[in-house]
Amino acid sequence: MIDQFRDDEETASRKLEERKDFYSYVWGFSLALAMTLVPFAVVHWGAMRGLSLLIFIGAIALVQMAVHFRFFLHIGWRQKREDLLLLLFSTLLMVIMGAGTIWIMASLAMRMSLPASP
Amino acid sequence: MSFAEQFQHPLGRLSLESLPFWQMLNDPTRGNVINGVIGTAAALMVVIGTLVTIAMITKYRKWSVLWSQWLTSPDHKKIGIMYVVLALVMLIRALMEALLMRAQQAFGLEGGFLSPDHFAQLFSTHGTIMIFFVAMPFLTGIINYVMPLQIGARDVSFPVLNSISFWLTAAGAALVMISLCIGKFSTGGWFGYPPYTEASFSPGVGPDYWIWALTLASLASTFSGINFAVTIYKKRAPGMKLMVMPLFTWTALCTSIIMIFAMPPLTVAMAQLALDRYLGFHFFTNELGGNMMNFANLFWLFGHPEVYILVLPSFGVYSELISTFSGKSLFGYRSMVIATMAIVALSFAVWMHHFFTMGQSANINAVFGIASMLIGIPTGVKIYDWMWTIFRGRVRFTVPMIYSIGFIYLFVLGGITGILLASPTIDYQVHNTVFLVAHFHNVAIPGALFGLLAGYHFWFPKAFGFRLNERMGKVSAFCWIFGFMLAFFPLYALGLMGLPRRSVAYTEPSYVPLEIAAFLGAILLTVALVTLVVQLWVSIKQRDKNRVFAGDPWDGRSLEWSVSAPPPEYNFAVIPVVTGRDAFTLAKEGGKAYPLPESYTDIEMPKNSVMGPVLGAIGFALAFGLVWHILWMVILFFVAAVVTMIVYGFARDTTRIVPAQQVQQEHRRWLDAVAAATGISRADEYQSANQGLAEMTIHEVPA
Ligand code: HEM
Ligand SMILES: [Cu+2]
Repeated sequence: MIDQFRDDEETASRKLEERKDFYSYVWGFSLALAMTLVPFAVVHWGAMRGLSLLIFIGAIALVQMAVHFRFFLHIGWRQKREDLLLLLFSTLLMVIMGAGTIWIMASLAMRMSLPASP
Repeated sequence: MSFAEQFQHPLGRLSLESLPFWQMLNDPTRGNVINGVIGTAAALMVVIGTLVTIAMITKYRKWSVLWSQWLTSPDHKKIGIMYVVLALVMLIRALMEALLMRAQQAFGLEGGFLSPDHFAQLFSTHGTIMIFFVAMPFLTGIINYVMPLQIGARDVSFPVLNSISFWLTAAGAALVMISLCIGKFSTGGWFGYPPYTEASFSPGVGPDYWIWALTLASLASTFSGINFAVTIYKKRAPGMKLMVMPLFTWTALCTSIIMIFAMPPLTVAMAQLALDRYLGFHFFTNELGGNMMNFANLFWLFGHPEVYILVLPSFGVYSELISTFSGKSLFGYRSMVIATMAIVALSFAVWMHHFFTMGQSANINAVFGIASMLIGIPTGVKIYDWMWTIFRGRVRFTVPMIYSIGFIYLFVLGGITGILLASPTIDYQVHNTVFLVAHFHNVAIPGALFGLLAGYHFWFPKAFGFRLNERMGKVSAFCWIFGFMLAFFPLYALGLMGLPRRSVAYTEPSYVPLEIAAFLGAILLTVALVTLVVQLWVSIKQRDKNRVFAGDPWDGRSLEWSVSAPPPEYNFAVIPVVTGRDAFTLAKEGGKAYPLPESYTDIEMPKNSVMGPVLGAIGFALAFGLVWHILWMVILFFVAAVVTMIVYGFARDTTRIVPAQQVQQEHRRWLDAVAAATGISRADEYQSANQGLAEMTIHEVPA
C-alpha cells in the first residue's frame, strides 16, 4: 500500500521532471531561432548599417552562445572545475584561430591590395 | 551541356567516357594505352576484389553472421577492428600508388611512362588516402578498441554514433575506390588548392570526388572525437582519476579534443568549395571578389592540427609498449601528460607555416616560425622520457619494441628537419621540393604508421586470442624501417638539388641514381607490407599453438590485460576499482589480479542498430549523386538521410540485458582457465607455453 503510493509519487515527479525538460528545450529552441532570424531580418530590411550593424550582430551572437550553453549544454553559473577548464581551453583555441586568421588575412589584403574578406 | 541540363539528365554527367579504358580504345596512342592499361588494371582489381569477397562470404554462408555480429554491432571492439581492417585495405592501395610514382620518377628522366594527368591523380589519391583513409581509421580503430578497456568502461558513451562514424568513413573510402572505376579523381593534390580546383580550371568530377570523400570523413572524425572525449570524461571506472589514466588514454583524449576543433574548418572549407563549384559562388575564385587565401588559411587551420591527430595516438602506443617491454613504469608520467597537452595547444598556433611563401608580412612569418619551433620542446621531453623508461629496464626486443626503437631514431631526425623548415628563410629555399616530401614522410611513417603497426602487434592477441608470428613480424618491421630509410633519405638530397615535389619527369641526369635508390626503398616497403599480410595468414593457420585466452601475454600493466582474450562483449564482468597508475600491475603485485566476485549483476548493453550501415549507404549514394550531378539521387537520398535520423530519434528500446547468470558462467570459465594456466617468465613469452598468464616476479626497483 505504502509502496504503491511511493511509486505513484515517483512517476508523478518523473513526469514533472520530463515536462520541465521539455519546456526548457522548447524555450532554448525558440530563443536560438529568434537569435538567428533577427540578424537576418535586420540585414534583409536594412534596419541598420555599418559599424552599428556589426556590433549588433556580434552582440546577438554572444547571446546565442549563452542560450546554447544554458539550454543545450546545460552549463549554468555554478559549475564544476572540469567544465570551466574545458570552456577556457575552448575559448583559448577560438581566440588563437580567430585572431590569427584576421591578422594573416589583413596582412595579405594590405600587401596584395585585395579587398579584405568581409 | 549547361549546368541545369546536366542536373536534369537522369544519369547526370555519367557516360561511357567515364570508363577508364574509353580513351585508350578511341585514341590508341602509346601513352594513352599505357595509362589506360594501368588505370583499367587498377579498376579491375577493385571490381574483382569486391566480387571475390562477396562470393566468399556467400559460399561460406557468412552473410547473416557478418550482419548481426559485425556490420550492425555497436560494440566498440568490433567497430575498432573494422576500422583497422578498412585502414589496412586502403594501405594496400595507397602503397601501390606510391610504388608506381617511385617507378615513374626512377624512369622519369625526359619522360617516363605515366601521363602528367595520371601522375597527378596518383599523388592526390595517395596523399588523400594515406591521411584520411589509412592513418585516421587506423588510429580511430585502435582508440576504439583499447581506450574503453583501459578506463574500465563497458562501451563508449554513444555506441550507435560510433557505428555511424565508422560507416561514414567507409562510405568516403568507397567513394575514393569507385573513382578508380568510374571517372577520375582530383589532380589537385591532397590539399586541393583553389582556384585550380574550381569549376573553371577543373571542370571534371575529380575535385567533386575529393570534396565529398573528405566531407564524409571529416564528419565521421568529428563525431568520433566527441564520442571519445565524452567517454573519457564520463565513463571511467571508480578510482580512475585523470592523472591515473594510462598514457594511451591521455593521448586519445588529446587527439579527440583536436578532432573536435580541427575538423570543422575542413568541413566548412569543403562546403564553400562545393558552393563555388555547384552553385556559382565566389568564395575562392579569381574573379568577383573571391580569395583563395581564405581556403589556404581554413585548410591549414585543420591541416596542421591534423598531423598531431595522426601522431599523438602513436605516441600513446609507444608509451604503453616501451613501459611494458622494459618491465618498468613509464618514466616522467606527469611530464608526458603536460607535454601532450602543450602539443595540443601549440598545434593550433602554427598552421601558417604551411604557407610561409604566400605573401603575408615577414613579422607574421617570424611569429609562426618561432611557434612552430617551440613544438620541439614538448616533443623532446617525450623522447627523453621514453629513453629513461628504457634505461636500465629489462628490455625485450619484441616486434613492437623494434618499431619503437626505430621510431625514436627516425622521428628525431624527422623532427630536426621540421625545425629546419620552421625557419621561414630556409623554407623559402626548399619549399615545394622533395625535401619537404622527405620531411613529412619522415614524421608520418615512423611517427604515425610505425606506432599503429606496433599497436597492431601489441594488442592483436588481446583482440583475437592468439599471438602473431614473431619471426615474420620482425622481418616486416626491419623491412619497414630500412625500406623507409632507403625510400626517403635520398629525397632530402634530391630536394636540396632542386627537384620540385609532384614532378612527373625531369631533365637533370644527376637525379637518376638517387631516384633509383628511392625506388628500391619503395620496393622494400612493399615487401614489408606483403610480409605483414603473409604473417597474418600464417598466424591464423598456427593459431591453436599460440592461444592466450588467459589474456595477459606480455605482462601488461593496464586494465585491458586484466580480462580474457578476446574480452567478453561487456568487457568487465565486474567493473574494477582502480587504486593507482598501472592498475593491473598494482593488482598483480598485490596478488589480487584475478578476484572472484561474490555475486554478479545483470549488465545492460546497447542493442544492434542498422543506423550505421543505413546512414553509410545513404551517405555514399548522396555523395555519388552529387559527384555525377544526378539530381533525383541527390534529392532522394537527402530526404532519406533526414527521415532516417528523425525516425531513429523515436527509437526507445535500444538496450538489452545480459543476465547475471550468463556473466557468471563466462567469467568462471575464464577464471578456471587462468587457474589452469601456468605462469611463464618473460624469456618464454614467445613459446607456445604462453597461455596469457604472467609469472609473478618480485621486481627489484632499479636505482
Ligand atoms: C609507406 C610508404 C610511402 C611511400 C613509398 C610514399 C611515397 C610518396 C610519393 C612518391 C609521393 C609523391 C611525392 C612527390 O610529390 O613528388 C608521396 C606524397 C604524399 N604522401 Fe606518401 N608515401 C608513403 C607513405 C605515406 C604515409 C604513411 C602518409 C601519411 C600518413 C603519406 C602521405 C603523403 C602525402 C600527404 C603526400 C602529398 C600528396 C600531395 O602532393 O598532395 N605517405 N608519397
Ligand atoms: Cu604543420
